[in-house]
Amino acid sequence: MSAALALMPDDTPLLRVEGLTKRYGAIIGCENVSFDLRPGEILGIVGESGSGKTTVLNCVSGKLAPTSGGVQFKTRRHGLANIHELSEPDRRRVQREDWGFVHQNPRDGLRMRVSGGANVAEPLMNLGDRHYGRMRQATIDWLNRVELDISRIDHKPRTFSGGMQQRIQIARNLIHAPRLVFMDEPTGGLDVSVQARLLDLLRELVRDLDLSAIIVTHDMAVARLMAARLMVMKGGHVVETGLTDQVLDDPQHPYTQLLVSSVLQI
Amino acid sequence: MITRPAIAVRSLSKTFTLHNRGGMNIPVFDGLDLEVLPGECVVLAGDSGVGKSTLMRTLFGNYLPSGGSVHVRHEGVLVDITHAPPHVLANLRKHTFGYVSQFLRVIPRIATMDLVMEPLLANGVSREIAHERACTMLRALRLPEGHWALPPATFSGGEQQRVNIARSFICDYPVLLLDEPTASLDAANRAIVVDLIKAALGRGVAMVGIFHDEDVRNSVATRYFSVSDFKAAA
Amino acid sequence: MNAATNTAASNASSEAAYYTHAYLDEQTKRMIRRAILKAIAIPGYQVPFGSREMPVPYGWGTGGIQVTAALIGPRDVYKCIDQGADDTTNAVSIRKFFATVADVETTESTADATIIQSRHRIPELPLREGQIMVLQVPQPEPLRGLESRETETRAMHAYEEYGLQYVSLYENISAFGRIAGGAGYPVLVDERYLMSPSPIPKFDNPKMHLSPALLLFGAGREKRIYAVPPYTRVRSLDFEDYPFEVQKWTQACALCASHESYLDEVILDDSGNRMFICSDTDHCATRRADGHHGSMSDFSLEDAEQSRTGGERP
Repeated sequence: MSAALALMPDDTPLLRVEGLTKRYGAIIGCENVSFDLRPGEILGIVGESGSGKTTVLNCVSGKLAPTSGGVQFKTRRHGLANIHELSEPDRRRVQREDWGFVHQNPRDGLRMRVSGGANVAEPLMNLGDRHYGRMRQATIDWLNRVELDISRIDHKPRTFSGGMQQRIQIARNLIHAPRLVFMDEPTGGLDVSVQARLLDLLRELVRDLDLSAIIVTHDMAVARLMAARLMVMKGGHVVETGLTDQVLDDPQHPYTQLLVSSVLQI
Repeated sequence: MITRPAIAVRSLSKTFTLHNRGGMNIPVFDGLDLEVLPGECVVLAGDSGVGKSTLMRTLFGNYLPSGGSVHVRHEGVLVDITHAPPHVLANLRKHTFGYVSQFLRVIPRIATMDLVMEPLLANGVSREIAHERACTMLRALRLPEGHWALPPATFSGGEQQRVNIARSFICDYPVLLLDEPTASLDAANRAIVVDLIKAALGRGVAMVGIFHDEDVRNSVATRYFSVSDFKAAA
Repeated sequence: MNAATNTAASNASSEAAYYTHAYLDEQTKRMIRRAILKAIAIPGYQVPFGSREMPVPYGWGTGGIQVTAALIGPRDVYKCIDQGADDTTNAVSIRKFFATVADVETTESTADATIIQSRHRIPELPLREGQIMVLQVPQPEPLRGLESRETETRAMHAYEEYGLQYVSLYENISAFGRIAGGAGYPVLVDERYLMSPSPIPKFDNPKMHLSPALLLFGAGREKRIYAVPPYTRVRSLDFEDYPFEVQKWTQACALCASHESYLDEVILDDSGNRMFICSDTDHCATRRADGHHGSMSDFSLEDAEQSRTGGERP
C-alpha cells in the first residue's frame, strides 16, 4: 500500500508560474518565465548577475508585482490562488504561513536587535502561538537541528559568525513547517568549508521535511548539490531547463555551455 | 505470450554542438533503433569513441537526444523520456532506472552506508530494512566494514566502483544501465559483479551494458548491439 | 468716539486676545481636534497630525501640550503631573503655561480636574466620566523597537499582524524569567489596535480598561495622536504561561500607609537608607489629610540633613 502510494506522488503542482514578465520601464527584469514546482521538488535558478534570477524569485515570492503573468500557489487557506491577485493581507498570510525565505545576507532575514532564539521563535508567534514554554522548546529543538550551541540561544545575532547567522536564519524559516522555501544565494558570502557544511545541512533538512524549494545561485556546484532541476537564465530569459545533471552534463544553449565550461575544476 | 519491451529506442540521433567552438557539430549516431526485453542483457559493441557511453547516457536522460525517442516502461506504461516533464523523469529514475557509471559521482561528505541505503529509502523502504540490505550488499561486494561510515571520496577506484554497484543493485530496478561497472575491479570482485548481473537477469531485469573485459562481456551478454552501425555522417 | 465704536473696539480686542487662546491659533486647534475626533472614532489607531513648534523642546511634552491646547476652554480646571507629582519642574512649568495662555483655573487635585495632563502616570484616584486624561508620548509606535520600517509597521496595524510584539515579551522572559518590561507595556485596544500606552508603568495599564474618562495620547515629535474612548476594552498582552501582572510592593507608603498605590523609592542618605512613598503626590496628600499615617510620616528631609551634618549648615 505505502509502496504503491510512494510510486504515485501527488501529480498536481504546488506552484505554477505562467508567462511571468517584469519590466522596469524599458528594461526587462524577466520575460515570459513559466515553470511548475511539485511537492518535494527543488528547482535551481542559475545565471550570472543581472540575468533576472532574483527578479524571478522576488516576483514568485510575492515581494515584487510582475508586469504580467501569474503565480499560482496551492495555499492552505484559499486553495490554488494567484498570489498577486490575493489581497495584501491574504498574500502576507501565505508568505507567513506557507513559505520561508532565506536571504543571502542574514541581516536581511534576521532581526538584529533581538536574540537568535527570539528570531527563531518569531514565526510561531506570527502564527498565533501564545505559549512561551512551548515555543522555547521548539526553538531549542531547532537550534539543535541546525547544530547551534543552545547555550547561546539568547545571544544577539551579531555575536554569531556568518555561517551561524545563516543557520539561525534557516531555523527561523523552517520552524513553522512551510511548504515552500525560497533561497537567494543561501551560502553566498561564506567560506567554502562553512558553505559545504551548511549545504549538507540544508540538503538534509529539505529531504527530511519533504520541502519544495527554489534556490537562486550563480554557483554551479551549489546548484548540482541542491537542485534536482535547473532553470538557466540570461538577460531576463530562460535559456534552458531540465534535470540538473542533464543541463550540466549536456548543456544545449551557448550560454549554458559557457557557464558550465567556466566552472573551475580542482 | 509476447514479452513487451522494457526499453524501445526509435530513430535516435545525437549530435553535440559546441557553441563556444564556433558552433562545431560532432555527430555521434543517427537513426538508431533498439529494443530491450526484460531478462535481456544487451551489450553495446564498438570501438572506443563510437558513442556507446553517449547512447547509455541518452537512455538515462543525462544527455538530450537530437532526434528520435526513448521509451522506457515505467509503472506499466511506456514513457518517452525525451519528452517527459522533469518530475516524471525524476520519478522514473527513482523507481525504474538503475545506472552504474564508470565513475562514482555522488554528493560529497556522505557516509558510504547512507549512500547505499538512499535508493531504498527513496522507494519507501524502512530505515531498518534498508540498513540490513545495505550491509548484506556491501558484505557481498567485500567492501571492508571499516569503510562503511566514511564518505567514499578517499576510497580506491575499485572500492568506489563497488559503492556505485551497491547503490544500483540494492533496489530491484526493472531496468539497469551498466557503463563499465567492472572497469577497475580485480578478478575476484569482477566475478561477484557478474553473479549480481546474472541474478538480475534471472529476475527479468532489462539491462544495457558496456563491458571492456571480454570474459565479463561473454558471460553476461544475451545479445550484442553494434552502435557503430548507426554512425552518423560527420 | 461713540459708545457703539467703543463696544466694537473692545469686542475686537477680546477677539484678538482669544485668537491665540491657549497659545495655538484656531486653525491649528481645529486641525488637532479633527485628529482627536478621528482617534476617538478608531480607538488605538495612530492619527498623524501637523505637530507645531512649541515653546519647549521635543521630549518635554509637546504632544500633550498641543492636545491640551486644542481642547482647553475657560471653564476647564487643569492639572499637570510628571512622574505622578504635581510639584516637579516640568509639571509646574506646564501648569503655569496654561494658566497664562488659557487663563484657566489649575489644581493639584485629581478629583477637581477636568483635564489632566501627565507623563509616566495615571492618577491613583479612579477617573470619572467627563474627565480627559492627556498623556505625553515619546514613541507612539509599540513595534518600532523591533521593526524600523514605518511602511511595515503600518501594514502590521492595518492587517492586525501583531505576532512581532510578542517577540519583545519573549525576549523579556528569556532574559529575566518573567515579562519584566515596566513602562510602556503594550496593550490591545478594543481587541483591534495594538497601542503603546506611553511610558506609564504597567501598574497603570489596568486603569485604562473600561475607564470612564477619555484618554488621549499626543506624540509631538512623532506627530501622532491616538485615543482610548471612555469604556473601551484595553488588554495588556501576555503569554498563556506568563500572564500579565502588575508590580507589587512588600512595603506600604511610608507617608500615607497606602498598600494600593504605585511606590517610588527615595534614597535618603549615603548610608543606604531609603523610603518608599506614593508616586502620586495628590493621592498621598489626600490620604494623609484623611488621617492615614505611614511609618515615616513625620520624616522631614531637612531634619535628616541636619542630623547628618551635625546641625551645621554651610
